[in-house]
Amino acid sequence: MLNPFSIEGKKVLITGASSGIGRAMAIASSEMGATVYFTGRNAAALTETRNSMQGESHQMMVSDSTNKTDLEQLISILPELDGIVCNAGVNRRMLTQYVKELDMDMILNTNLKAPIMLIKQLLKAKKINAGASVVFISSIATYHSSIGDGVYSASKGGLSSFSKVLALELASKKIRVNTIQPGMVRTGLTEKSPLSDEDYAKDEARYPLGRYGKPEDVAYSAIYLLSDASQWITGTDLVIDGGISLI
Amino acid sequence: MEEKFLLKFKEVLEIEDRDLKLDDNFREYEEWNSLVFLSLIAMIDEEFDVIIEGRDFKQLKTNAEIIEAIKNN
Repeated sequence: MLNPFSIEGKKVLITGASSGIGRAMAIASSEMGATVYFTGRNAAALTETRNSMQGESHQMMVSDSTNKTDLEQLISILPELDGIVCNAGVNRRMLTQYVKELDMDMILNTNLKAPIMLIKQLLKAKKINAGASVVFISSIATYHSSIGDGVYSASKGGLSSFSKVLALELASKKIRVNTIQPGMVRTGLTEKSPLSDEDYAKDEARYPLGRYGKPEDVAYSAIYLLSDASQWITGTDLVIDGGISLI
Repeated sequence: MEEKFLLKFKEVLEIEDRDLKLDDNFREYEEWNSLVFLSLIAMIDEEFDVIIEGRDFKQLKTNAEIIEAIKNN
């Protein structure tokens, strides 16, 4: 019997795969039989990702999602895709009265503008197959707020809203567009922060399911959305947060 | 530099009725909370161009120790 949750043979693009959630997704996708095209800014880290992946057909590309030339090159190399995971993202905690415009630009450019421009160029180059699945990695921060996360939340909220419009625009081609909204997953993105390990431990204990998320938790959700099992799902935000937004 | 820090820290805490002292244990201030903590880190970055990371900040107990940490960065 055919397995509807399989992504075997699908060609999938994953951005931000040098580390964290992106790396976990590239590895898990390869183990599930997809051919993975994965990008990041750090060649050494990307190579480490590839060394953990299963199978030989995958392709890594050093590419800065906010760089116009990198984007053009990336588009020219890619095949027609069955799945896209826009995962590359950054954060920097800053209270509103201390927001620096440079930091705000960095967060908005990476988290909001870059995914939109990537999809735009892929569509223009006709590199998204009918029936494909587009996944944006958003965050529960869009509605479950923390002080200092204003610009980050704005960027992810924007992404979630945009994804719903895109879902409408691409529905006639049976292309689905959804976001994943994870709770806290400790990766390189969350480590550069004023919070200490003790602060994080206290916060983690509040989670109803008793722990923060692991990169694999998000990877499995992405695989579900990339698979044919989610063919009838579009325009939604998949919350995976151990229950924290319930309390 | 000590005076500048104490003055700026007083602003962050929004204290008007008293002055801060070097050997105060800042976590015992009535006005101390997580919002103040983030403001303090940001103020130190803005005024002294130094970023104190969370795990280093945990060790600090007094205003004098914060100033030492700023100088040593």
